[in-house]
Amino acid sequence: MHDVLSRARTQVLADGIGLSEPDLLEVLTLPDEVLPDALQLAHEVRLRWCGPAVEVEGIVSLKTGGCPEDCHFCSQSGVFSSPVRAVWLDIPSLVEAARQTAASGATEFCIVAAVRGPDERLMAQVREGVAAIRAAVDINIAASLGLLTQSQVDELAALGVHRYNHNLETARSYFPSIVTTHTWEERWDTLRMVRDADLEVCCGGILGMGESVAQRAEFAAQLSELDPDEVPLNFLNPRPGTPLSDRSVLPAKDALRAIAAFRLALPRTILRYAGGRELTLGDLGTRDGLLGGINAIIVGNYLTTLGRPAGEDLALLDELAMPIRALSATL
Amino acid sequence: MTPAYCGRCGDPLYARPHPACEAALALEPPRYCSECGRRLVVQVLPAGYRAACPTHGPVH
Repeated sequence: MHDVLSRARTQVLADGIGLSEPDLLEVLTLPDEVLPDALQLAHEVRLRWCGPAVEVEGIVSLKTGGCPEDCHFCSQSGVFSSPVRAVWLDIPSLVEAARQTAASGATEFCIVAAVRGPDERLMAQVREGVAAIRAAVDINIAASLGLLTQSQVDELAALGVHRYNHNLETARSYFPSIVTTHTWEERWDTLRMVRDADLEVCCGGILGMGESVAQRAEFAAQLSELDPDEVPLNFLNPRPGTPLSDRSVLPAKDALRAIAAFRLALPRTILRYAGGRELTLGDLGTRDGLLGGINAIIVGNYLTTLGRPAGEDLALLDELAMPIRALSATL
Repeated sequence: MTPAYCGRCGDPLYARPHPACEAALALEPPRYCSECGRRLVVQVLPAGYRAACPTHGPVH
């Protein structure tokens, strides 16, 4: 076995301690012929520290488009000439989306808004939406509303939002190449407030935005320092009209190396397949990732793009004998 | 009716073939009206999407 994988077997699998940044860089640069060994070890780590269950989530955009921020990957930025138009989701449709998500077996439903941070109009919509969902659907509610103030964190906690998503998106050293309208540190501050309020922290990012492999290792190590409850892993799906529209899709083997590395950095976290997997990995790669450290998926559609039908993912989990995490296990 | 505009890029369909757009539309909703080429208002939902043209109404 490759040296870094031998170290990981002791340090991560046996002791539950994530790999260091230099070791993560080694995993991310493993030759193709060693990749199956890395995925197998990452899968063993996932089973050892997280168990066999897979957490299933659905997401929906409450407020789409027209965002003042310039996140270069995002079709919802109003700064670029993206074809995505601004639209708000009404409360009955939000509740129906939660109902459809719960019907797929999902235990998580995340309400997302394309904003720098919530204003009073959005907070009012969230307030009403969360109450309506809680009254009608048995599902955990998460939210992703951008940068928060302390009072907004406190209000979300009081509403019963159990997890807050705020992605750091990429390595600290690469962030200024991707976003110029706010800083990585501002995002970190929101995450710290979320953690201090006893909300579960969901924080990941997007791979394949032009970051170096070393920056990918840096990002995994920075997430490890944050120690989030969940890390959603996205792979860039280049969107028309954005500054990253002409970037190539991340090669599948690089994506799989990243999945193994992030699991070896974060042995206990919920590591979720998020956007872009259909394009980057396809059906075969999706299976390889589930057998290589992933233990959560977003089913159905994303915010502005479509996923494969939820039934196909659920059938794959069934075929792999991976149980869906029950709602009772998350409470 | 025969679509006149590409649902993904909004360009007229007579100008050139759009195989990449057609492939992409397997994983994304249309963003332009196939009749007039105007941008659609699109709401993606977990199990589908709703799209409407300001001129021609809902798109199916």
